[in-house]
Order: sequence, then structure tokens, then C-alpha cells
Amino acid sequence: MELKLPPLAETGEVLTGAEIVIRCLEAEGVEHVFGYPGGAVLFIYDAIFKQKAVKHILVRHEQGALHAADGYARATGKPGVALVTSGPGVTNAVTGIATAYMDSIPMVVITGQVPTRAIGEDAFQECDTVGITRPAVKHNFLVKDVNELAITIKKAFHIATTGRPGPVLVDIPKDVSNHTARFHYPDKITLRSYAPVLKGHGGQIKKALHLLLEAKRPMIYVGGGAILGEASAEVTELVRLLNYPVTNTLMGLGAYPATDKQFVGMLGMHGTYEANNAMQTCDVLLAVGARFDDRVIGNPADFAAGNPSRKIIHIDVDPSSISKRVRVDVPIVGGVKEVLHDLIAQLKAGAQRPDPAAIAAWWQQIAEWRSKDCLRYDRKSAIIKPQSVVEKLYEVTQGDAYITSDVGQHQMWAAQFYKFDKPRRWINSGGLGTMGVGLPYAMGVKMAFPDAEVACVTGEASIQMCIQELSTCKQYHLPVKVVNLNNRYMGMVRQWQEFFHGNRYAESYMDALPDFVKLAEAYGHVGMRIDKPGDVEGALREAFAMKDRLVFMDFITDQTENVFPMVPGGKGMSEMILSEEL
Amino acid sequence: MRHILSILVENEAGALSRVAGLFSARGYNIETLTVAPTEDTTMSRMTIVTTGSDEIVEQITKQLNKLVDVVKVVDLSEGKHIERELMLVKVRAAGKDREEVKRTADIFRGRIIDVTDKSYTIELTGTTEKLDAFLDALDRGAILETVRTGVSGIGRGEWVLKV
Repeated sequence: MELKLPPLAETGEVLTGAEIVIRCLEAEGVEHVFGYPGGAVLFIYDAIFKQKAVKHILVRHEQGALHAADGYARATGKPGVALVTSGPGVTNAVTGIATAYMDSIPMVVITGQVPTRAIGEDAFQECDTVGITRPAVKHNFLVKDVNELAITIKKAFHIATTGRPGPVLVDIPKDVSNHTARFHYPDKITLRSYAPVLKGHGGQIKKALHLLLEAKRPMIYVGGGAILGEASAEVTELVRLLNYPVTNTLMGLGAYPATDKQFVGMLGMHGTYEANNAMQTCDVLLAVGARFDDRVIGNPADFAAGNPSRKIIHIDVDPSSISKRVRVDVPIVGGVKEVLHDLIAQLKAGAQRPDPAAIAAWWQQIAEWRSKDCLRYDRKSAIIKPQSVVEKLYEVTQGDAYITSDVGQHQMWAAQFYKFDKPRRWINSGGLGTMGVGLPYAMGVKMAFPDAEVACVTGEASIQMCIQELSTCKQYHLPVKVVNLNNRYMGMVRQWQEFFHGNRYAESYMDALPDFVKLAEAYGHVGMRIDKPGDVEGALREAFAMKDRLVFMDFITDQTENVFPMVPGGKGMSEMILSEEL
Repeated sequence: MRHILSILVENEAGALSRVAGLFSARGYNIETLTVAPTEDTTMSRMTIVTTGSDEIVEQITKQLNKLVDVVKVVDLSEGKHIERELMLVKVRAAGKDREEVKRTADIFRGRIIDVTDKSYTIELTGTTEKLDAFLDALDRGAILETVRTGVSGIGRGEWVLKV
């Protein structure tokens, strides 16, 4: 007798769309969802209320939810999940989505939508979510049928976390979240239109290795892709095997240990003299999960013209990153971890090794550049120097904290002076440059790692952009440490105005600042104001000793301090402005 | 340089806006764009005529491939191919001009598909250059209306775009 099995759709529990959402999150191992309720997501919130597997963190503004989920993803490597309502919930979330997209952060964003029958009628709290977010997501979906919900969420997690990661949005109309369907969550999914390549081409890897070993002035340039691709160990092994200099981009900090002698510092607009000069004058450049963006190499024409014989090898999982701004000689499409693994294996199997005399001479040249001590600043100042605060923060936390930052001068000082030895410790918005991310990033990180030290290095302008999240920190007992480098200016704007706009400080002075100590106290936290250089270390030690309190440290810093070195926008990498202190 | 890109996309709502949005967001040119479902109704095929340097067209192809809804992209200009465009032209055709319009249409192998005592509507298929030449051959003042589909293209011989 023929055994008849019911088709898949006939098996499984009957659940509402809202319940299906939660069960999908559970199946994906999601523990935390950052969100804010509203009319279109009420059924989903009702389902959240009735379960315990997924913890919801109520933020104070949807932007905070997206940044917190994004910070969570950056620190853990797992996809961050955010849940917001239709219309203004979505539009408030857009900055957070675009921030994650620019830095290739895996996220799944679930948004409520007006009921299907009301779509297109300019209903209350309706917006074209899929349309508004389309250029800021890796992919997005509008689910019109509850039977498609589980498979769509599966696709969303798959797309968000594979290949070059990115945010994926699932828009769920209110009626769909209340309709019922049989729940079936597939373990695996294949999409004919989406299959990222991870294994690099063996022949290309061989070519790359040959070029690398022939190099007289080699340079290894490692970007955020090495962190996203979990390739830190491979990067470190390769760099040490070859004894070549290595630089990390702003997004790549921690991919190679910053305290190692082969690390020549961060490169780019505010990179070190040695890193930028080595990039500009090397004969073979290996780029790993990096994208030669404008804040890294400046003007691509200058970068190429300044050294036309330089050969470039580029490893990236995203083919469209290769030869986008800079012509590449040996492109290798693949996961950086997989490709470096194969490259190292070929290196070990072969007999050829780098030319020791040439490499020694190259290190000699780098030592000369290093001797400029380009990050030097006035350590005897009677006013607190912002760099010194970051240096003390590094000492007090023994270099082992998660550091989030906002965007501006403080971000650059944190990147230059906190030596990141591990990946995923440096959490900042590199691509979009979103002021306001720092505090919600710290929340996301602390939620993921409650026992770790988490500090948010910020400025008095940036912190005010998401200051409301101090309330979320209170509710969920997130004792992060806020290091506010308060110079009463939008410092980076002021710096550009000083250099390029004749000292006309148009609208960059932050007047009418709140009393941050009282503000912190009003939210139920501890506030400190530090205005003497001699008090910096003591304040930091006191703050970090308060394990279970959020401490807001308001450091009154030098208003005129600038970030050096600096490559002015649109210029070539070696056209650096150095500090007058030199 | 002019390139003809053939693109297979998932027949999903919004696929067209993803492709069109990519071109506008990244500042690429679209000269013409045609789209319709294929024999496999789960997929649509687009033909986009664009212009740009080799580097730009390489980027366009890569960016298109990166779109999750895009199944396959081929640059037809890289090989031997055929391209056709359909045009409908409504022309004033009265008095002594009436016979001249018909003769011109015949020379270009156009078909008159609608007739009134004052006008002809002519259907013409061919390459973009041929359609342009036909319009040039007509008395400009006599052209009442034109509508063109944009280019569709296909590879020659055994060259097939399929999943």
C-alpha cells in the first residue's frame, strides 16, 4: 500500500503571524530584540508578552533600537534584531538601517505595516517602507500572505548573515500578523539568485602569493571585512609569517593586534605618517576586506599616479568592491578567512620566502617614518588634552574594554590612542559617520556581554543626538561608562572651519549645553565633571570601580585641539598635515 | 561606449524599482529599459541600454549581480547579438503627402496598422538607427506622435541566457 504523507504545509502547529515571528526568532537563536511598539506591531508585541525565549529591550527612540541592535551585531558577530512600527517608527529607524548598511552589519529589521487592504490609501502611520529603505538595505520584503512569513524570515536571516553581510528588512502588515498559518521553519534555504562565493580561485591565490613573495616594499592593508569575516587569526598568521608591515582601517582596528611591532597604525585621513607613506610607496599591496574608500586613500587619481608601478592584490567577498575606486592587478573574490587560509597553506607548502635584505631595508624606511612620532601631543598642558583621556582609558581598562564611539574628533582620538588587540572591541560608525550611535552601541554591547567593561567615547555634540537612551540604560541596568570629551564645539566641523574656511566657525559652537552631571543624575545615573589633567586617571578609576552604575564622565577638554595627522579631503595620501608640535 | 545588458530577475514586486533605483543612486545612465516575463513566469527579462567606460559598465554589471532579485546578467555587446526595437508612428497623411508617406513606410518595411482619411499609423521594427533613420526620412512636421519600446536584445547562434 502506498504511504501517503501530507504535504509540508499541512504539518506544524497553527499559529498567528505574530507568533510565527517569535518562533522564527527563537529558531534563529535570537535572544534580544531592540524595539518600540506601535499600532501596526501590537499583535507582535502581544506575542512577545506571552513568551520568555526572546527578551525585548524597550528603547526611547527607534533610532536607538537600530543602533543598539547594530552594536550588538558588531560586538557578537550575530545578527542584530530590531522591531519597530509602521510610518514614523520606520522613518526614525532609517538612519540606523543606513548606518548598518554602510558598514555591512548583519541585521534583521522587522517593521509593522498598515493592514494589506489599507496599503496605498495614505492610511494612518503608513509609509512606503520597502521603497524608503530600499537603497539602505541589502534586501527587503513586504509579506502579504501569512503562509509566506516563516520562509521570508528565514530568507532574511540567510541574506543578512552570508556573503557581504548587511541589514535585511521584513515589512509585516498588521492583518498578516493576526492571520493564522501552519508553522514550518526550514533548516536551510537556497536562493537561485543569491549564492555568495567563499572559496577563492586557486590560480589567483598562487599569483597573489608569487607577487607578495617577490615584493621589496610590501604592505598589508586590512579592513572591516577581516572582522566581519572572522579572519583575524589568519591575518595575524600571514603577517607574522611574512614579517611584513600591516595597517588596519578605522573599521579594521583589532583585526591585527595594535600593540604588535609589525602594526604601523591606522591609515587614512587621520592615519599615521608611517602607515600612509607605506601605502603610498609600497611596491606590492595586499588589501584584505577593505574598499579603498575616500577617507582611506583620498583621491584615487593621486593614489594611482603617485606610484603607477605598485601592484595591488585585493581579497573581498563582494566582487563589486574590487576595482571600484582603484584598479586591481590580482582580484580574488572569496571569503577573507577562506582565501587567507588557502594563501597561508600555499605559502607553507612552497619553498620561496621573502627577500630578507629587501624587507630589512623596508623596515628601516618605516622606522624612519615612525620616528616622526606623528601622534605626539602636548602632555604638559594645563588644560585636559582629549588624547590623554583616551590613553588613560586604555590604561585603566588594561586595553580590554569594548569601546564604542560617536562621530568626530573624539572618534579619531579613540581610534588612534586606544590600542585594540582583539577584533570586535572597537564599535563605531565608519561609513555613514552617524553622530549619536555611541550610547545605543554601548547598550547593545553591554546587553550581549554584561560582564565586560563597555565605554562610550563621545563628545558633547554627538551624545545629545541619542541622549534619551540614558533612560533605557537605567531600565535594563546597563552600567556603561560614558567618556564625554567636552570641548564645547562640534570639534571636527570646527577643525575643518579652521583649516579650510578661514577660522569662520559657522554654527559649530555648542551653546547652552546642559549640565551633564545633573542630566546623568536626572536619569538615575552618576555624573562627574573633570576639568584638571591631574584628575583624569582618578576619575576613570573611580568610575570603573562602580561596577553596577552608569557613570557619565564629562571631561572639559582643550577647545583648540585638532586631530593630526590629517590628509585634507580629495588630496593624496602623502599630503599630510602634521601637528605644529612636531 | 554603448552596452546592452540582458538581465534575468525574479518576477517579484519591486524588482524593477531595485534595478532602476540602482542606476539613479549610483549615477549610471539608462538609455532604454524594457521588461516582460519570460517563458518561465517566475522570471522577467530586462534589456537595458546604457553608456559608460569599460570600468563603469564593469561596476554596473557587478552591482546588478549584487541585487538579491537579479538571477543573471549578460552584456550582449560582448558578443554577436541581435537587437530590435518596435516603434509606432502616427503621421499626417492627407492630400499629396499621403502617397509619399506610404512609399517611405514601404521602403523601411513598415506596416500601416491604422488608417483615417487624414492619418496613417505605422508600425516599424528594427535597430535604433533604423528607426531614427525612418523618422529622419519623414517630414518632421507631419509626425503627430511616436512611441518606442526601447531595445530588446538576444545573443546570436547558440549563445543563450538561461538559468
